[in-house]
Amino acid sequence: MLNTFMVYVENKPGVLTRVASLFRRRAFNIDSLTVGRTEKPEVSRMTITVDADRDQARRIEANLYKLVNVLLVENITNQPAIVRDLAMIRVAATHDARSHVLELAAVFRARVVDVSSESLTIEITGAEDKIDGLLDVLRPYGVLEMVRTGIVAMRRGSKSGDAASATESTGPDSANSSAANDDVSYSV
Amino acid sequence: MTDQKTVDQKTTPAIDKNKTIMTGAGILWECLEREGVKDVFGYPGGAILPAYDALKHSKIHHILVRHEQGATHMADGYARASGEVGVAVATSGPGATNMVTGIATAMLDSSPIVCITGQVGSKLIGSDAFQETDITGVTLPITKHNYLVTHASEVARTVREAFYVARSGRPGPVLIDITKDAQQSTCQFDWEAAKPQLPGYRPDLSPAPEEYAQALELIHNSKRPVILAGHGIIISGAMREVRDFAERTGIPVALTLLGLGAFPASHPLNLGMMGMHGEAWVNHMIQEADLLLAFGMRFDDRVTGNLKNYAPNAKKIHIEIDPAEINKNVKVDVPLVGDLREVLLELLPHVESIDRSEWLDTIDKLKGDSAVRDIQNLPDSGHLYAAHVINDLWRQTRDGNTIVVTDVGQHQMWEAQYYKHEHPRSLITSGGLGTMGFALPAAIGAKVACPEAEVWVIVGDGGFQMTMCELATIVQENLKINIAIINNGFLGMVRQWQEFFYDRNYAATPLLNPDFARLADAYGIKSATVSERSQVVPTVESARRHNGPVLINFKVEQEDTVYPMVAAGAALNDMIRRPSPIVETADDE
Repeated sequence: MLNTFMVYVENKPGVLTRVASLFRRRAFNIDSLTVGRTEKPEVSRMTITVDADRDQARRIEANLYKLVNVLLVENITNQPAIVRDLAMIRVAATHDARSHVLELAAVFRARVVDVSSESLTIEITGAEDKIDGLLDVLRPYGVLEMVRTGIVAMRRGSKSGDAASATESTGPDSANSSAANDDVSYSV
Repeated sequence: MTDQKTVDQKTTPAIDKNKTIMTGAGILWECLEREGVKDVFGYPGGAILPAYDALKHSKIHHILVRHEQGATHMADGYARASGEVGVAVATSGPGATNMVTGIATAMLDSSPIVCITGQVGSKLIGSDAFQETDITGVTLPITKHNYLVTHASEVARTVREAFYVARSGRPGPVLIDITKDAQQSTCQFDWEAAKPQLPGYRPDLSPAPEEYAQALELIHNSKRPVILAGHGIIISGAMREVRDFAERTGIPVALTLLGLGAFPASHPLNLGMMGMHGEAWVNHMIQEADLLLAFGMRFDDRVTGNLKNYAPNAKKIHIEIDPAEINKNVKVDVPLVGDLREVLLELLPHVESIDRSEWLDTIDKLKGDSAVRDIQNLPDSGHLYAAHVINDLWRQTRDGNTIVVTDVGQHQMWEAQYYKHEHPRSLITSGGLGTMGFALPAAIGAKVACPEAEVWVIVGDGGFQMTMCELATIVQENLKINIAIINNGFLGMVRQWQEFFYDRNYAATPLLNPDFARLADAYGIKSATVSERSQVVPTVESARRHNGPVLINFKVEQEDTVYPMVAAGAALNDMIRRPSPIVETADDE
């Protein structure tokens, strides 16, 4: 099954290589990996999805903690979380098809960000299945080009992990206990 | 002369040590000294020259090696003999890449070493400059952590962090790559302000109370338990606690190769070595056990055999400092993640003494005809066997403060079987990586760390030739090291596999060797050649009395085989045994 990890790392050169190299060395296949800044300049945050069973997922977590630059790891696979992927899709849309494509984009709450005589470029943000759904209905018109960012994820609720708690954390145990979070909010 | 001095003063100002302006090179040596380093093993070159230039202001003794791989094995041997961090130094490019094998060796055997490499100037990085290699990239998967330092101001903190990471938790190698300009540039040296900052590093985990309770329940309910004693006991310094635990619970102890010495060989509860070339009864005990207590070991494939039918009836308790080892190879029932000594101290007051005489009595039954099959008990055929040499050597040196350093292959397994280790750190050997060429340089490191110890190298004729250039280092440092070459004219262990599994096709395993005695003579090392058993003891004694290095070329039976053997992929109790002489005689008639 696909596991989603939130990984806080020190914002230092080479840390992405260390994390990526770990997955390669231990023969786990990364499905998606995104990395970006957080509210603290010295901390970066990765969202990694990887195909692994329960035991493998535990070992991935333990191996990530072995990297000296890794601050906090949370497996949020079975937790309420907001998961978002962003895609830009250039779809063939001559004037006959254009209105159909625009309607489909509207249904999916996607935005048109570029128009040419032969095509429309649509930007969509959402969970992966939503984007897959839009792609399915656009395919008959001709998808000329597509790019996706890979997912970013955040746990729901007020006690969600943040970069500050990542730097203060004392170990995997405390990470687990903060993950057992009953103060969860559900938004739409 | 005076001119030379003035120039030196200019390039590397003499050091006044607190909060003064210093070069990165000066800070490097100063920090090494403050970390307790007395000896380093190294080889100079362009990108590390500023550091070598600054060495003259340091009290640290530099040992010039003949190959950078040797420097890393020496640092490793130093670390394993003493428990302190070993240090190796090399230049950029080829100097650094030559260290790779030694670093990987230290990584797989959890040995704390710090490798310092020079790097081209920071402005040149990425330009494919002369002798530029991305050594932090190359060593990423074989170091516990590594650093690239590009300014003098980063040197002090990096060295402090490197030593802390190398020696804490599960120890391992750390590499520091320092650009030439970082060595040359200056900054204010402030030891106090350069404290390690490792917010993500957690070497000090400990189990939860309920996990202790679960472990105790399993221990008290078990009828046929075995302790699997590994290298972690020695690293943790838990020899006393393991002994207390075994004695209080009456549980017998099987050892891994790197665990030898962690529990006295002569102790009644000591079973011996387990695994591929372990004693037959030990492997049988493990397969029949209802509880395995893994103490600081990692269920390597060389000790488990086929995982599908490994200890099928046993519950498993795994005491291990590295959480990533839990459930990696063998699924365990109770993991206790933490420092072994601390975990055992926590458990000891709660363990109950249980009568396990019934289980212990089965050992004798399981030993069966092992003694009859033992090569020590076979009638003298006139051949010299490696097992004879090693067993005789053990008899002669057993009472002393002896460190045996072995290479990899048949002689290594015979050493493990026939040299009975009573004390921790009395055997130094490359286990996980199985690095041929390890013994000679590692012995140099061990001797430098423990000058009072009697150091014996036991090495095959193949592995010896991989790093024999370090004979010059032995002579140069005037180290009293005794070298026993177990010379069978073959890459013996590979030949053994060819014998069993490749239809005796001895492809590329016979060796054309030099006359090792004359080779030793060329270095000014006292030498002897032995091909009869009666000569083993007198030659060993004469070597021990000689006040300098000695090399003995033991010409042993060429096609001897290490028994028992668990073939790769076979179950642990499915062993190829040395033919019993009684059965053989019957066949002959």
